[in-house]
Amino acid sequence: MSDQNDSQQRTEPDIETASEQASDREGPAVVSRRWLLLKAGIALNGLVGLALAVPVVRYLLAPVRKDSSYKSWVSLGDANSFPVGETRLVSFKNPWTQPWDGQTDNVAAYVRREGASQFTVFAINCAHLGCPVRWFPQSQLFMCPCHGGVYYADGSRASGPPERGLFTYDYKIAGGQLQIDAGQMPSLSNTAKLVNISSPATNSGRNGDCGCRG
Amino acid sequence: MPGMKQTGKRIYDWFEQRLQVEDPIKDAVLHKVPRNTASWWYVFGSAAFTLLMLQIVTGILLALVYVPSAAEAWNSLNILNHQVPLGWFLRAVHGWGSNFMVAVVFIHMAQVFLFGAYKFPRELTWTVGVFLLLMTLGMAFTGQVLRFDQDAYWGLGIGVFILSRVPWMGGGLVHLLLGGPTIAGATLSRFFALHVFVIPGTLLFLALVHVWMVIKLGINEWPMPGRLVRKSTYIAEYNQLTHEDGIPFVPGAFWKDLIFSAAVLAAVGVCAAVFGPSGPGGQPDPSITQTVPKPDFPFLWIYAVLSYLPPSMETPFILIAPIVMIAGLLAVPFVASEGEKSWHRRPVAVLALATIAVGWGVFTHLAMSTPWSPHMSAWSADTLPVEYLREATPLVRQGAVIFQAKQCRNCHSIGGHGGERGPALDAVATRMTPDQMRYKVVTGGGNMPAYGKNLSPAEIEALVSFLETLHPKGEPPAFDASQQAAQSNAVPAGGSNTP
Ligand code: FES
Repeated sequence: MSDQNDSQQRTEPDIETASEQASDREGPAVVSRRWLLLKAGIALNGLVGLALAVPVVRYLLAPVRKDSSYKSWVSLGDANSFPVGETRLVSFKNPWTQPWDGQTDNVAAYVRREGASQFTVFAINCAHLGCPVRWFPQSQLFMCPCHGGVYYADGSRASGPPERGLFTYDYKIAGGQLQIDAGQMPSLSNTAKLVNISSPATNSGRNGDCGCRG
Repeated sequence: MPGMKQTGKRIYDWFEQRLQVEDPIKDAVLHKVPRNTASWWYVFGSAAFTLLMLQIVTGILLALVYVPSAAEAWNSLNILNHQVPLGWFLRAVHGWGSNFMVAVVFIHMAQVFLFGAYKFPRELTWTVGVFLLLMTLGMAFTGQVLRFDQDAYWGLGIGVFILSRVPWMGGGLVHLLLGGPTIAGATLSRFFALHVFVIPGTLLFLALVHVWMVIKLGINEWPMPGRLVRKSTYIAEYNQLTHEDGIPFVPGAFWKDLIFSAAVLAAVGVCAAVFGPSGPGGQPDPSITQTVPKPDFPFLWIYAVLSYLPPSMETPFILIAPIVMIAGLLAVPFVASEGEKSWHRRPVAVLALATIAVGWGVFTHLAMSTPWSPHMSAWSADTLPVEYLREATPLVRQGAVIFQAKQCRNCHSIGGHGGERGPALDAVATRMTPDQMRYKVVTGGGNMPAYGKNLSPAEIEALVSFLETLHPKGEPPAFDASQQAAQSNAVPAGGSNTP
């Protein structure tokens, strides 16, 4: 009995006089039972809350999935429609869409055809912070409008803040169609591969064919 | 007349008997504040709250028309701008209200910092204030996303690239932010939920907690040099101050709050009417690469900082700097919870604030002109001043054409037009010899791409002959002294050795 009394005092040190009167009238046993029931009520709510939180968290985390489950092979058109030695801007429908995506499912990429069956498909997203790079065929450079990143025709970094070359998509030729493995905004965290991480020191003599030194 | 007054009183009493709010409101309104806090310096907090109310009201009004769907948002904004009567004005008030709110919140914070108002016992008020600041910025960013134009799309892209740098969880965080693998319908829906429910709800709740503490703890007294805050004595000193030299908050200090709030609201209205709404810009079609994305005003400084970071610093800076900044802000009242409040005796605080303010100003200003970005259309749009070509040989003219056609102009200006990424070339011939130019063009270096592969030797010759002519009249072009000496040595017929 005295034990219960103690615990009661410990748990509610600042109880008002009204309830003190009540405890006088009803005795400590009744009151401590009420506290016990209150605790049971809190525990029950906690339990139910937890049970409900599990599906909520699962629902919230629904978009977090493996990259591969978002990606699939998309056709960019007839492989022969890309002239050898040139870089072309193409757009394709994102394979992962909802009917209310509007124009956002219209994704673009740069296709560079190096040989009969040799392609490089660049993401248009700057490897720095993702702005859309623009291709200038005259100077054979990609330029980024955001922070001034510049890339060479092969996607390697030429200057500016990017730490690496442009991202590329995996590609294959199937039934004469050029296909890429797409569906995800390319960024540093996903499967976008790195191209030619070139340090400034090696920039000048790239591929040894600049025929200029000496 | 007296009958009406009596009826009025009866109605009032009927409500008061049930609501019982008269006493707490009287307490809050009439509590005494130190006389010298009835100052024009103390009006920013209430102005921020007024702006929050304005944003809530105009936000609800906009939500009557806006469609939070990736397929329709952009169209619905254009309909707001052009078809709904005064829809443009409401968008403008909401947009300018946001700019003003961010500005006023920052000014409020700077004032509180300068006046030492975060010291004991107001540490928690400051902490809550830091979260209010973060949420205000969160509202500004999510609001920019709801505009769902090209700037919004690529601004989100930058968010993706920043998050993707987080080790291990980067990919998951990106998916969470976007609601899927790309910026699309799900992305706009979740930013709508954030902008309309989650952040404003929390913001309003925290703002009320903030105001509650201001009322309970009293308004910070005007800092006096030499009057130190000590935890043991401060409360008693403050109570004595308000007791001896206090005035009721209403009307003593409150009339200034009211007038300033009205002035701020009027300023928002005038800016909205004069400058109109911002955007929506181009449609959110990621395959349109002809775009120069730019963030809204509050984030311009970040945009500039990201442009100047050396590549190797990028990831560490992006991941660590925000944490350090927020932790620093949160730590302020706990590092300096006692002591001097007056800015006369806090040189480090004043210097820190001045440095931050100047730094912010410089970066924001730079971000407005973006000298680091190539001018994407300079090569085809900017003309070459005719005096550069008046006496030009065919080779020089050919060089000038190459200069334009190869996009050199996108980064180098001539005659004040062109990009500012690289140095202006008006007087390049006085700085570099032809050999040096040739080498630079071919190999690049620094921030310049190497053009060795993209220019034929003949083109390089032409380009360099054009560049050689770029020097002010009467100022000779640079020459290679050793080469000249060698050449003049090689001449056997007596001339002088000193050119
Ligand atoms: S996003 Fe391209 S340089 Fe920053």
